Order: sequence, then structure tokens, then C-alpha cells
Amino acid sequence: MKHETRKARLQVNQNEGLIFEKSSSGKAAWKLPPLDVPEVDAAALLGSAERKDLGNMPEVSEIEIIRHFTRLSTWNYAIDLGMYPLGSCTMKYNPRVNEAVARVEGIANGHPYQPEKISQGALHILKTLSECLIEITGMDAITLQPAAGAHGEMTGLLMVRAYHQSKGNARKKILIPDSAHGTNPATAAMVNYAVENLKSDSRGMVDIAALESQMSEDVAALMLTNPNTLGVFEQQIHKIADILHAKGGLLYMDGANMNALVGKVRPGDFGVDVMHLNLHKTFSTPHGGGGPGSGPVAIKKILEPFVPTPVVVTKSDGTLGFDYHRPQSVGRVRAFYGNFGMFVRALAYIQANGPDGLRQTTEDAVLNANYIRKGLEGTYDLPYSTPTMHEVVFSDKLQAKKGVRTMDIAKRLIDYGFHPYTTAFPLIVPGALMIEPTESESKEEMDLFIEAMKSIAEEVEEDPQTVLDAPHSTRVSRLDETAAARKPVLRWKPAV
Amino acid sequence: MAYPTDRKYTKEHEWIQPSGTTATVGITDHAQESLGDIVFVELPKVGAELVAGKTFGTVESVKAVSDLYAPASGTVTEINGDLATSPEKVNKDPHGSWMMKIALKNMGELDGLLSAVDYEKFVAEEVGH
Amino acid sequence: MRYLPKSPADREAMLRAIGLRSVDELFAPIPAEYRLSHDLNVPRQMAESEIVGYFRQRSRENGEGYTSFLGAGAYSHYRPVIIDSLISRGEFLTAYTPYQAEISQGTLQSIFEFQTMICELTGMEVANASMYDGSTAAAEAVMMAVRLTGRRSVVVARSLHPEYREVLATYATHQGMPLSVAGFGDDGRLNLAELEKSITPETACVLIQSPNFFGTIEDVAAIAEIAHKHGAMLVVSIAEAVSLGIVEPPRQADVIAMEAQSFGVPLGFGGPYCGVIATREKYVRQMPGRLVGQTVDKQGRRGFVLTLATREQHIRREKATSNICTNQALMGLMVNIFMTVYGKVGLKELAKQNLAKTAYAAAQFAKRGKVLFSGAPRFNEFVAETSEDPHAINSRLLGHKMVGGLPLKKFYPELGNAALWCCTELTTRSAIDTAVGLVAVTIGPVRSAKEEAGLEEVAR
Repeated sequence: MKHETRKARLQVNQNEGLIFEKSSSGKAAWKLPPLDVPEVDAAALLGSAERKDLGNMPEVSEIEIIRHFTRLSTWNYAIDLGMYPLGSCTMKYNPRVNEAVARVEGIANGHPYQPEKISQGALHILKTLSECLIEITGMDAITLQPAAGAHGEMTGLLMVRAYHQSKGNARKKILIPDSAHGTNPATAAMVNYAVENLKSDSRGMVDIAALESQMSEDVAALMLTNPNTLGVFEQQIHKIADILHAKGGLLYMDGANMNALVGKVRPGDFGVDVMHLNLHKTFSTPHGGGGPGSGPVAIKKILEPFVPTPVVVTKSDGTLGFDYHRPQSVGRVRAFYGNFGMFVRALAYIQANGPDGLRQTTEDAVLNANYIRKGLEGTYDLPYSTPTMHEVVFSDKLQAKKGVRTMDIAKRLIDYGFHPYTTAFPLIVPGALMIEPTESESKEEMDLFIEAMKSIAEEVEEDPQTVLDAPHSTRVSRLDETAAARKPVLRWKPAV
Repeated sequence: MAYPTDRKYTKEHEWIQPSGTTATVGITDHAQESLGDIVFVELPKVGAELVAGKTFGTVESVKAVSDLYAPASGTVTEINGDLATSPEKVNKDPHGSWMMKIALKNMGELDGLLSAVDYEKFVAEEVGH
Repeated sequence: MRYLPKSPADREAMLRAIGLRSVDELFAPIPAEYRLSHDLNVPRQMAESEIVGYFRQRSRENGEGYTSFLGAGAYSHYRPVIIDSLISRGEFLTAYTPYQAEISQGTLQSIFEFQTMICELTGMEVANASMYDGSTAAAEAVMMAVRLTGRRSVVVARSLHPEYREVLATYATHQGMPLSVAGFGDDGRLNLAELEKSITPETACVLIQSPNFFGTIEDVAAIAEIAHKHGAMLVVSIAEAVSLGIVEPPRQADVIAMEAQSFGVPLGFGGPYCGVIATREKYVRQMPGRLVGQTVDKQGRRGFVLTLATREQHIRREKATSNICTNQALMGLMVNIFMTVYGKVGLKELAKQNLAKTAYAAAQFAKRGKVLFSGAPRFNEFVAETSEDPHAINSRLLGHKMVGGLPLKKFYPELGNAALWCCTELTTRSAIDTAVGLVAVTIGPVRSAKEEAGLEEVAR
């Protein structure tokens, strides 16, 4: 390394095989209490439905399980260890009080079908979170049912379709900017809408002239991310909304980048008709290695009749309950009520912040991204000079001259003790480096990040091979993804 | 590189080698190089009717999927089963690894395609951008 | 605010470095007419002790300390404590999706183990890294069958969880997938004659649940034969994962869509849970969701990566197998640990205890009401019909801090005063005896088969 990295150093790290490789007959980590009812003869009760063999399921002791997973955990990077500069992922601190309150007995063990009389606690949480999210987004109503952002997009588009259908014309297509996340077009297809691409202008924003010419009575909605995936706020958002509304179309907002807006501006105020939120981004619920998430969908009044069933209502006796009588509802998008555990965590986050905390959080998120932008300007190519909000996108144009691409720089960043930023997205920036620090990063952590990125840029000039072969400090070096895709091995099998 | 002259080429980087009223189809060296390591080739079923210029399948690398476009209209008579187990053959020998054979509907369509020399020029221009 | 790691001095220094005077300048791109001039109207900032106090109060209002006999797709099983000890480690809890494999081997290897064990338990060849839950997994599995067969219609068993059927209807509505429902017989199982009549050359798949919504185990082999001889696929939904310890998995299925919540995921008032799709290797390219594969690094060391990503939304976009991105990974880890703790012997013993408790409860209930569907084997749920309205019975039980079985009238009106009861290894004999004692003494009215059929017709 050009400078010895101040953030990280190598240390011996435990090896660990697959749990099946530790298994042997007679070991056990479980014990059940004695049966207080008569034993049964499974063969007699189940007949041919009786299972005799559990195959190669493992048999190990408790300490082996603790060591197994503890060792595995030490091979992971995590927010608790340091910054994740991933764009549009909003890798912020996952507060521990969230975990504690989610585990309080009545909350953790409530059955979704228990009588309403003893569900007032859960119903109160649903109602309170809904009210907070409606206030935050500036919308009129909300459904908490979708399990993740993509699920929320699907729910939102189902409501868009139902709305248009109620007006006599379901319409045929959805406009999607070329800078959009892949879930947007994938979702439109699931709801049987054709996808029409909308080009971005030279500043990376929606091309208003293009929108005007492409908008018609065949377009059901425009799916917009604001700020967009370049971190740029659509300054013409009013015009965009007007163009859509003039021809009866709706404005859908992908709320993935809400971390730039909470407490400073409300999508409902600038013309959004329907939007989803990502509780696992903006509202601090943990990523857990890939999920769970939660994707509530907030809407304007015109879409309220179509919301998934059931909705929370206050009954005449003042208690809360579920209303299933919703004749125009799009139906259910999942069993039960949604990822309730995430609602608890998101509400605890809002409570810990309060109105001032939410605003300060957004201010710090935008300040942090701009600080990094300033720190790396000149070292990395900045394709768009438009002001950025909570995330900034560079490109690998300068480094590509030496044959080094964004993925290589990302892999080298690992040796400096950081998780890579988002590589190769958005698609409109070839060789993109998409960076979102979030408000959870201290000045110190960001200075270390800027230092690391500058050091790597120097290495690209002086010793590009080091970057091309990175990472050098991990348990495994770059893995053969081609072989994994050509001859997939998707499970362990015992040796024959 | 010098592209084989016994066949015609499309701007979508497929080649088509006629033999009487049938033709063999594959992708060019430039195509396999831009795709990188190929992990999967999706081909149509035997008997499928193809229309010139429309997609007939896909070729996948680890990080991307590309559509394959029919160079000419016709009916699929044979597909190369080898590619299901060894897609890397397309990388190793793109001009020798055929993907499908079709019974041509309209021989005249081939006249509109690029010769080896014209294709080479086309690739050089594309790469130059 | 205590989550923000910057002092006022830090902020000053940063603004200076950027060349700005105040943070307001950073929000200039937002048109002035929309910029909020005052803070949001949400509850004031609370101390941690206040937040805990708030949720403790909600917990008291949420049936804390009650004994429950509810199942119906969400099951109360004991959760070994090491599950939370391990998943609470920051390196699991706060880790991102393992796209950068070199620093995510912990997550990737544990998913690989999860995929393996799901295959072992379900008898399938490949399993994915999780779906949102059992209901959406079933809907996505059906869509998979539609893609694979090129046919569009679906036959659904009425003995499949009613809310799963609602979800499927929502997903199917705009995909041009006509759904037809085949009813159940006196034994609580899918009526095979009705199934035979419902299948057409356009049927992509038959969707059933086993053990079904009533707890009854379906005749999967017979159903598979009927489906397959008509060229349709068989998709089987499994809502009670613990059943796999003692009940033969549906090995004749083409796709299994599971809910793994029973394996160590808290009831949590309905979510987050853990769906999974498992299938045959030949269908893997049409499978939605993430997949972890084994490979080697440049030095030949074994490692794991996300693979076959070209099926997914971030590459295939509108042609993807699904729009799913974020899944239920942390729940998958809970499930993984649970399966590892119980293992080959424990899962069987656990399932046997569930079987025993339920058999005892059903026998006791049979003395005070009518236990339906006794003509076929069941796992840990049964349907009891009483002369008294189950809502009234349940009110009585609530007074004893007990939650009775789920009244079924709203889902199956023809079943009248029937309720669905569930017993797991956590249900005590004394709780069962108390509950049974509180149920009315009369036996339910006996209906003729013709009357039953007539009622089913009306109900549909």
C-alpha cells in the first residue's frame, strides 16, 4: 500500500467448514421436556404419510453451533464495523433499542389471528406508525402490508391500475427513467404494463421535452426516484407532475432515496400520487444479510379505495380493529398484515429522533455526501456537475486509461478496511462509483474513506496490478463466478 | 481479425452460413469477446418459426444477458445440444460453434446482410467510438 | 441527536471544506415552495427508557402471558436461545446483501447450508435463499409453473390457506391466469374427482397445501398422478415446517413453496416470516430469488457466491423471473440455526411431540364436540365443530387468559360453528384439559352428505 492504511490491519481469522462436515451420529444440541400426554405411534396415526428418514440433516452439539456461526460472522463486514458507502442502500446505524423492543413478549409472540380485544397493542403500533409515515411523506393514507420495496412497487402499481380501471381505461404503459433501479421495470411487467424508457438529460434529470412527447392517455404512470439515482433532486418536479396529471396519469415515486428528504420536504407536497418507502433504508431497520425489509405504500386520497385489505380503523367504542369490507381493494399482497417486526423498529427509530432528530439526520446525510464529493472531486471523474443530495456518483473514466475499472477499485477498497461502494449502477453512467455515506458516518470515518480512495487512485497510476488483483487481504480472493454459473453447485452433498 | 468469407454477418453480431436452402447460425468473435465468459445459451425449440430481425434466444454471461437476433426468417431444424453443457465453446471457437440450423424461408434476405469485409469495417468503426 | 456522530465543530469544519456557510445551502436544489419551514408533526424525541416503556405498555395490551391454541399458518414453537444470541451479532444483523463475496463469506456459507437443509427436508434438488413468506412463495411458484409449461390456468385446492388463495388471486389478476377452485371432501382432503374435472389442457399447475389449512395431510401421490397425466405441474405449499420431521415431504411435487416460520422465527403478529421455494434442478433457471453457489477463488480455495443472477431484476429488469430484491435473509439464518440445533434426530422428536399433543387434544375435544375430517391423517391441527358459536367459547377462554381455536365461518361458511385448533410441543396437557372443560358439552348436528355438498356449492 502507498500509505499503511489507518483503518484496518490483518489478523488471524478462524477457519470453519460446513456444518455437515462436523456432523456425526449421536451428537445433539436439543433436549425436549418429557411428554405430558400419551405417546403416539406415528406409523399408526400417519400410515403411508409417515416419514422414516431425515436424510443428511446434521447432528452437532451446542458449542459447535455457537463456534460455527460465530466464526462465520467474523468473515463478514457489517455497519457495526464501519462505513458502507453503498449508493441508494442507506446503510445507517441499526439502533439496538429497536431490537430490544421487538422482543418484548406481547409484541414478539402476538399471533396475527388473536382476537382484536387482546391486539390493541399491535393495532396501536400500526396506527401510530401509519400516522407518522403519512406526516413524513405528506400523503393522505398508507398501507403497511408490502414486505419490501419491490413488493411495495407492485402494490403501488396494482393500485394505479385499479384507479385507471375505475375510470374506464386501465392504460397500457409505465414510463421509467433509464437511471432507474431494476425492480422498477421488473415490477411494471408483473402488473402487465409495458415499460417505456425515458431518457435523462445532460444534467442527469428527467428530460422534460421527452416526457412531454411521450406522455399520452396510454401512460398510466411515471415511476420516478427523487432524488434520482445520481443523488440529484428533480428541480422540475412540479412540471413533471403537471405533465402527467394533465393527461390523467399518476406520479409514482420510488422512495429509496427518502434519506435526502425526511423533515426537509414532503413528496405529497410536490405532486406525488403514490410512493413506497423502504423501512430497511430510511428508517433504520437492519439489513440482516439481505432482508427482511418492509415497503409501505403511501397514497393520495384518490387511491385510498384500492388499498390492500384489511385496514386499521377506530371502532365506535373507541377501540381499534381491522376492516375487511373494502369492495374496491386490490386484495391482499401477502398473508397477515406485513412485516410487523419492522414496524416496531421503524416506530422506535422515529420516536428516538423526534421531529428535530429526523431533520438533523437528513441534514447530516446530505452534508456527508457533499463532503465526500468535495474530497474526491478531481481524483475521480464527476460526470454530472449538478448539485447532489445524499449520494454522489463518480465514474472510473480517469482510471480506465490504465485499464482499471470501478469493480477493481471497489475490490481494492476492501483491503483498506471498507465495504465497496455500488459499482456499475446507475446504468446511465458507464463505470459508475455510487457513494452514499448516510448520516451515521463521523468526520473521522469519512476522512479515512477519502484517504483510502485517494491512495487507490495513486496506486492505479503507479502500480495498477495491485488494484487489478485486489483484494489481497481477505480469506478468499476473487471467486470464479463463471464456473459458479456454468456448473451451479447449489447445495452440499455427502461424498459417495 | 479476418472474418470467414463463407458466410454473411448482421449488425447484431450474428453470422449465417448458407448451404443450399438451409443455413447455420452462430455469433461472431467480436460478440463473444464483448460478452466475456459465456455461462448459458438459450435457444429456441426445433420447429420454431423465426422472423428476420426478431429475437430467437439469449446468451448470458455472469453479469449480463444479451438477446440473439435471427439473421433470416425460417424454421429451426436443429440446435446444438453441446452448448447446454459447454457454453464456453462459443468463447473458444465462435465461428466453429454453431447455435442452430434453419430451413430458410426467403434466400433473398441474405443479400441484405454484411459480407466478411463489410462486417470487419463495421466492427472497427464500432470499437473506435 | 444521539445516533449522529458529529459535533457542531465537525459540521463547521466540513461546511468550510465544501465552501459553504450553512447546511441550508445544501437544500437549495429543492424548490423554495416545497421546503418545509417547520419540523414535522411526529411525537417528540423520546429517551430510550421512554421508548422501552411505550412498547412494554403495548405488549401488555397485546395478550402478554396468554396461552394460545392458534395455528392457521403461524405457529408457536420453542425458539432455542442461541438463535437470538447468534443472529444479534452485528456481523450478521447489520451486514448487507452478500454481493461482494470476499467480505460476505459468513452470510454466503450460512445460506448455502440453509439451501442444503431445505433440500434434505423437502426432498427437492435446489432451494433458494428465501422469499417474503409462504403466501407470496406460493404465488411466485405458480408463476414459475406458468412460465415453464407455457400454459396459463391454475387449479387451486380450497383446502389451501384462504389468505394464500387471496394473494394468488391478486398476483394472477393481471397476468391473465384464470384460477379455478377444487373443493374438499368429508375427509378434509382435496376432492380428487373434482380435481380431475377441473384440469384442462390449459392448466399450468395444481396448487395444494399439505398438511392443509385444516391440518390434514393430502394424498400427494394421487394428486400428482392426476396433475402429471394431464401435463400440469404440481406445486405444494407447506405452511407448518415442523411437519417435515415426521410427515413424508411431497416428493412428487415439481415445486415446493414453504413457510419456514415454525423453524425459529417469532410469531411477531404476522411478520417478518420466511418463505422458501424448492424445486428440481432442471427448473432452476426459472426460479425466483437469490441463489448461493459453491465455487473456488484464484488459489483454489472453496468459497461461495450469489449465482445465476441473470434471472434477477437487477440484470434482466422487465424480463426477470420476479421483481424480488430484498428477501428474508436474517429469518433464513434463524431457520438455519433452528434446523441445526434440532437436526436429524431432534426434528423428528419435535414433530412427534406435536403429533402426540394434538392427538390427545383431538380425542378430548371429540368428547365435547365433533372433530371433523377424521378420515385422513393430520399433523398438529384439527377442526372441532360445536353447537355453541366458537366466538362465544373463545370469549369464555379469554377470561382465563386463553386464546381458543380460529373460528372458520368467515373462511368456510358451510362449516358453521367449526374452529381450527393447533397444539404444539409448547401446549401443556393442563391447558388442553382446561380449554376442553370450558367448551360446551353438546355434540354438533349431524348433516347428510347431500346437505354438506349443497352448502359447499353455496359457499363458493
